[in-house]
Amino acid sequence: MNKQVKNVEEALVGIEDGMTLMLGGFGLCGIPENSIAQLVKLNVKNLTCISNNAGVDDFGLGLLLQGKQIKKMISSYVGENAEFERQMLSGELEVDLIPQGSLAERCRAGGAGIPAFFTPAGFGTEVAEGKEVRIFNGKPHILESALTADFAIVKAWKGDTEGNLVFKGTARNFNPMMAMAGKITIAEVEELVPAGELDPNFIHTPGIFVQRIFKGEKFEKRIEQRTVRTK
Amino acid sequence: MALDKIGIAKRIAQELRDGWYVNLGIGIPTLVANYIPEGIEVEFQSENGILGMGPFPFEGEEDADLINAGKQTITATKGAVFFDSATSFAMIRGQHVQLTVLGAMEVSQNGDIANWKIPGKMVKGMGGAMDLVASAENIIVAMMHSNKEGESKILKKCSLPLTGVGCVKKVVTELAVLEIKDGKFYLIERAPGVSVEEIKSKTEGDLVVPDFVPEMVF
Repeated sequence: MNKQVKNVEEALVGIEDGMTLMLGGFGLCGIPENSIAQLVKLNVKNLTCISNNAGVDDFGLGLLLQGKQIKKMISSYVGENAEFERQMLSGELEVDLIPQGSLAERCRAGGAGIPAFFTPAGFGTEVAEGKEVRIFNGKPHILESALTADFAIVKAWKGDTEGNLVFKGTARNFNPMMAMAGKITIAEVEELVPAGELDPNFIHTPGIFVQRIFKGEKFEKRIEQRTVRTK
Repeated sequence: MALDKIGIAKRIAQELRDGWYVNLGIGIPTLVANYIPEGIEVEFQSENGILGMGPFPFEGEEDADLINAGKQTITATKGAVFFDSATSFAMIRGQHVQLTVLGAMEVSQNGDIANWKIPGKMVKGMGGAMDLVASAENIIVAMMHSNKEGESKILKKCSLPLTGVGCVKKVVTELAVLEIKDGKFYLIERAPGVSVEEIKSKTEGDLVVPDFVPEMVF
């Protein structure tokens, strides 16, 4: 089944004010940067964004924050962003912080038809407030619910016209689970090849989870903490 | 003399055992990777999705698609593997990782740890810390014994919002190695030249001190 769309404009058709979006990436690694630029252009507002981080001031989701397009962020770690801090402290931005592993599993559960699950993460902390606690094997666990989104926007290294995806390095991170959890999943890829060119043994995300795929026009792939050693 | 950060990392490195998979947190824990004892093999997991994390790259060899949980550029060792975040935390929650080393703002004598939030200050989030401390069987905390004001961070009860409860078993500070059991801190070792009295005076929590407290050996 051909999932290819012409470009980012076509890929993001249907995203409207007030929707819930999932955006893949960890820090600035593996973020759908072409789609984020298009969301800025579309100027859709009141978004709920589910993403592990919130970008930096002038890149990644930071760009949507600059335009006050985000109403609520659901993340595990949101440092590195002054505008985020300002909006959060002033109450303009609602923030739901959840443990990283729970965030990943909640997305996976959302895509896998599992409405909720028990995890030990966060028991005894403010994360557990208001959540059901149950003891399994003598250890307390809290009930966490699945997450889904109107649109999930992910970034892959290679993809084919069937929507099959291959990720590179640690840019995989949240992308595969979010791809599963979107009612409509959009994949932007660095390289788009005809069906049959990717080895089916080495595909990370099966195309069934992807509704639209396009080749990103350009990838800046900014590095957040360039760290090197000397020879 | 009290240890510096490198000293703390070196002492923690002595806890590594052959064949272990190890998750190192940001800060002092990251330094542990530089002091793996000779003759043993360990593999480092970074929760953003790599097992087999190698040293930082040489200049010009940085790859934007290859970072650690602190978002720093890294390399991958021979035999390394990449995976998604759900798989990564399956390794952690499923107790496939043998040792977790992380920093803390406070620990208490029943093994509680606080390291993610200071009320009234900017909240950045817990990242993977809550998943790590809730599941790891073997957690070592690397931290300073007291804060800049000289107040003990080794407490009867944590004052800051908790990251996890009853999970810390061992603490290595610039002054001492402490074990936590039965709701008390046990003094196991002291830093070279540091007196038991100094450790006692800087420990707010209940501290059990044996007759003889050996110095750390490097």
